[in-house]
Order: sequence, then structure tokens, then C-alpha cells
Amino acid sequence: MSIATIVTARRDAKSWHWTDIAAYAYLILGVFLMFGPVLWLGLSSFKTQASLLEFPPSLLPMSQKEVTLPGFPQPLPLFTVTMEDGSSRVLAQVRRVGIQAQMVDPADPTQQFRVAIDKRVPVREFALATENYTEPLERFAFPQFLANSVFVTVVATLITLLINSMAAYALSIYEFKGKNAAMLAVIGTLMIPITIILVPVYLVVTKLGLVNSLWAVILPGAATPTGVFLLRQYMLTLPRDLIEAARMDKASEWQIYWRIVMPLTLPALAVLTIFSIMWRWNEFLWPLAVLTKTEVYTLQIGLNAFQGELQTQWQYLLAMTVMTLTPVAVVFVFLQRFITTGIANTGMK
Amino acid sequence: MTLSSKNPPASSALAGSAQTRRTSPFLRQVARIVDWPMAALQRLIGERRMPYVFLLPNLFFFGLFVFVPIAINFWYSVTGGPALFPSERPYVGSGQYSYLFECGSYADPSSCREDHFWRGVYNTVTFSFFQVVAMVGLSLLTAVVLNMKIKGRGFFRAVYFFPVLLSPVVVALIWKWILQRDGILNAWITAMGGDRVLFLTEPTWAMFWAIFVSVWSHMGFYTLILLAGLQAIPSDIYEAAEMDATPRWRVFWRLTLPLLWPNLVVVIVLALIRAVQTFDEVFVLTGGGPGTSTLMVVQYIYETAFSNQVQNFGLAAAASVVLGIVLFALTLAQLAYTQRKSS
Repeated sequence: MSIATIVTARRDAKSWHWTDIAAYAYLILGVFLMFGPVLWLGLSSFKTQASLLEFPPSLLPMSQKEVTLPGFPQPLPLFTVTMEDGSSRVLAQVRRVGIQAQMVDPADPTQQFRVAIDKRVPVREFALATENYTEPLERFAFPQFLANSVFVTVVATLITLLINSMAAYALSIYEFKGKNAAMLAVIGTLMIPITIILVPVYLVVTKLGLVNSLWAVILPGAATPTGVFLLRQYMLTLPRDLIEAARMDKASEWQIYWRIVMPLTLPALAVLTIFSIMWRWNEFLWPLAVLTKTEVYTLQIGLNAFQGELQTQWQYLLAMTVMTLTPVAVVFVFLQRFITTGIANTGMK
Repeated sequence: MTLSSKNPPASSALAGSAQTRRTSPFLRQVARIVDWPMAALQRLIGERRMPYVFLLPNLFFFGLFVFVPIAINFWYSVTGGPALFPSERPYVGSGQYSYLFECGSYADPSSCREDHFWRGVYNTVTFSFFQVVAMVGLSLLTAVVLNMKIKGRGFFRAVYFFPVLLSPVVVALIWKWILQRDGILNAWITAMGGDRVLFLTEPTWAMFWAIFVSVWSHMGFYTLILLAGLQAIPSDIYEAAEMDATPRWRVFWRLTLPLLWPNLVVVIVLALIRAVQTFDEVFVLTGGGPGTSTLMVVQYIYETAFSNQVQNFGLAAAASVVLGIVLFALTLAQLAYTQRKSS
């Protein structure tokens, strides 16, 4: 099926209303506006430093073609030269002297030319500067940041899943004294973002001796009201007879939670897992406040530090940005349905 | 939650263990190790006290990292000096607050003692107003378009949604690269015959792009909520309108909008609560600059407490108490509205 038939096909065979055309126009503009910037980042990240400094920029990563000729130790850049007789030929540049360039014919390196520099145009070819990706891995602490981010994300998500599901289990299955107070406490924390208790949380972390440790990032956000709510809502729908029957079979409360309720709550746990990974991977303000040593930087903090230091080295910064967003993009491609239904159902992210 | 819940056979109480059998031997081993002490604990304190055991870890974390800090925050805001530990801080009463609010005229931030705070307040108000208007307007438009009978709806929904997942630092760097002096946007402008614009170093443009980038990265989230609201509207209402040959704009104005209104209020308040706390993207995009023209309240708090030469925890705490009161009022407004709706 051609693209035209896909676009023009409609579910009912009625004629086109102008709002339909406007809708498609809006959506196509949207694709351009939303995808364009990320695509541009991706393309730019494969350009060499020299071609990043060009203005206007080329769309695709291009670099100047070079040749290695006998008698010249360095590879020589190729140019298309407009000769005095009006013809044009491809020459390799040996050196530049003022406004003149000394050039040789690649086919016959003994033949030399002197050419005015405004008479030559670089010969360019499509080339991916993959060194933008490999060099940061060797030259900067990037792998360390990556490891820190992975550690924070994995450990924090595991702790979040465990303690939030325990609390949700208590608040959904049992009736006990103080249940309402506990619910209120959970609702209360929903209204207190870390932005407004930055200083005292910093104090608590300092008292615990955790400043400049990854645990300082992991622990404060481990218990999340969002997570408790999400899991509790789901656990409320589980059949109660199952739990009663397990009690008859002399299962302990922990066994009921771990062996019966948890496996049945997997869909909601999956949603919370995705949320938690997103929160932790992208977290910025709190790690920025509490991590001041380079060894413990997470990717986000490291990237922010780089953008201050590497102002003239966009090629590394762009490649590192791509590497930071790739895991999220992969998660999105595979779990899009989970994420969107999770958000639509809870109104949280 | 409408996630499919697989109803297990209620006949076997150990249906759960059938699930565990499929998990890895390692997890089973862990479960077995934990089982024993938890069973012993239950024998010791009795079944009726077990819910507290389950609640304890969560409440411990909430207490340590939310409730205790709220109390200490108030203490910080009424004490002075550079010391971090509360016991070493001298009591100054409302000193921090009056310092924060000492202004020649509230209309002019530069007449205030703490002019950066007031710049932050003014910028945050400007930012929040335009950001929320643009955010809600565009999310609504997008949700309505996505709710039409269009081909490839899933794809288009994903297109608008994916920036929500990107980290603020990544979002800011993507746009910084586009907006820089020799960036692609300026390349277009010069190709069209215009002059280069210094988008991030000109105050009005910097604020415009801060708002734009923020809307760009978050609107997918609100679109999703509004789309869910639109899809909850029963379709027979529309069919009736179609039979009467009601014009589409009238259907939207008279049917869709009133039915969607509760969702819209939630989205407006949620967007406002988030906008007031804006920090990440704007901080990485402009650093609060040029000068202080995109400095937000949260950045003021962060810098006052952590990155200035003299760390002024008391002043930062006082500012965050003020911010907290604003957020609390917004949340209460939302709660009051939803309560009134449901009763």
C-alpha cells in the first residue's frame, strides 16, 4: 500500500471535512517539531569538530576527503580547484601559504600547482565521526557516570518496589488501628516535593554520613506515595478468598504477601518499575545538590558539568547526550503501551 | 486501574506458589531465607500486628526524609548563621522572612534587599502563566486531534509523548544545540535573509525559549490525560449530534468541552504546580540568564543554599517555606474542586 493510500484512507467512506485536513497537517507538523530536534542531535553527534563549527551547518555528517600519497607522511586533504583556464580538477593540498595553496595532482604527485585559496572547494564525503563516541569513553569519566547511574537506578528501583509494595499490601489487605493516619501520611507526602525541603534533607543525609555517596541519591526518594497508591489500587481488586484460603493453609502473612499477592500484582509492579527507572535515570536537582565529587556524579550531573567545561567541544557533548537518551528511547520503544496506559490511569509520572 | 488482572483459580490457596515455581532458584532461595524470620516474628508479635511490620519501612523513609525535614525546615527558616547543624544556629525569629520581604516597592524587584528572590518570583509568575496557557491549549488541541478518526493514531500519540521520558538535561542540551549562535535555527533565518538572533542571551528570547522547551518536553503527558478523558465520553452523544448535523465546532463547544472540564481543571492545576517548581530544563538551558532574566524561585533556593560562596541555609529555607505555602494552596484548590464535583 502506498503512503498516499494510507493517508487518504478513512474509516468511513465519507467525504473529507476541512478539519480532517487540518488535523493531518497539524500532526505532520508535530512529527517535524517533536522528532526533528532529536534527529538533528543524532545527525550532529556524528560530525567532526571541524564540521560542527561550519555555518551554515550541513544536514548530514560530512567530512573532507583525504588521500595518502607517496612522499608525503601526512594524509592530504582533497579540493576541487577551478583552474585558470576555467576547467576544474581534483587536487590534494600540501600546505597553505597566506592566500596561496600549494597543491599536487593525486594521480601524479610530482606535478605541483600554486592555487589561490578562494579558487578551491573541499571535496566532501559522507562520514560518521564515531570517535565522538569512543573518545569520551576513554578520555572522560563517562563510564564511571554511566555505572553510577545504572547503580542508582537499579538499586533504588528494587528498594522502591519492595517497601512500597509492602506498604500497599498493609493498606489494602488489612484493617488495623491507625490505618487512616497512615493513609493520610502517604497523601501528605504527595504534596511535599523535594524542592521545598532541599536544605533539611541535605542535613539528614549529612548526619547519616552519606554526602557524596550514591546512597544519598537512592534513599530519600525510595518511599514514593505514587508507588504506594498505584500498587494499593491494584491490590484492592485481588480476590479476598484467595488470601483467606492461604491463611487456612497456615501460610504466614509474609508468605501471603510474597508468594500470593506479589505475583498477582505483577502488572502494577511493572508500571511502577518503569516509572521508577524513569525518575531515577532522569533525576537532577537533588543529585546536583548532594553530589559534589566527580567520582559519584550520575550521568545527568556529569552531562551538566560537561556542558560547562566543554563549551568548544560540542562533538563530545552531543555524543554523550545521545548515549544518555538511548536507554530511555529503547525502554520507550518496547514498553510504550505500558507507560501510556500507566500514566493515563494514574495521572502521575 | 484497568490493567488486566488475571483472576487466579480460587480453588487452590497455593496458586501463588505455582507462580513462584517459575521464578529463578535464586529468588526462591531468598524467599525461603526471609520466610523463616518473618514467620518467627509473626509468632512473636501476633498476626494482628503484622500490618505495622509491612508499613514500617515505608513510614520510616517518609519520616526520615519528609516529615522530619519539614519540621527542621521551619527551624532553619527562623534561625541564622552559616552553620548546617540546627543546634548551632542562633534563633532570629522572623528575621529571614522580613529580610526576604524587605522591598522598596514590590512592583520593582531591584528595590528589594534580596532582589534575586523577587526576580525569581516575577520570572516564575511570568513563566508559569504563559507556560500553563500554552501547555493546556496545545495539549487540548493535540488530544482533540488524536481523538479524531485518524490513521496511525498510535504512532502520532507516541510522537507527542516521547519527549516526556527524556531527561531535562538532555532536553535542554538538544535545544541549546539548535538555538546556539551558529545553530540550525539561525542557519534557516539567515537563509531566509534575516539576521542572526542570539536566542539564549537576549532576555525576552531566553524566556520565550524556556517556556517553549518546557512545553515541548511535557505536553505529551497532559495530552495523554486529556485524551483519556476524551475517550471516556460516550460515543452515542456524538452520534446523536451527527444525526442532527450539528457543526463540528458547535459539538466541541457545547458537548466536548463541558464534558471534559473536570479533566481540564486537573490538568491546569497539575501543570501550574509543576510550572511553579520549574528548575531543571531552564537551569541547563540558560543557567538563569542572561543576568537574572530566567532565574526561577527554585534556582534561587538551590543557589542560596548550595552554590553561593556563603551558604545561607536560613534564607533558602524561608524561601522554600513560601514556595511550599503556594504549592499547598494550589493543591487545596484542586482538592476542593474535586470534592465539590464528586459530592
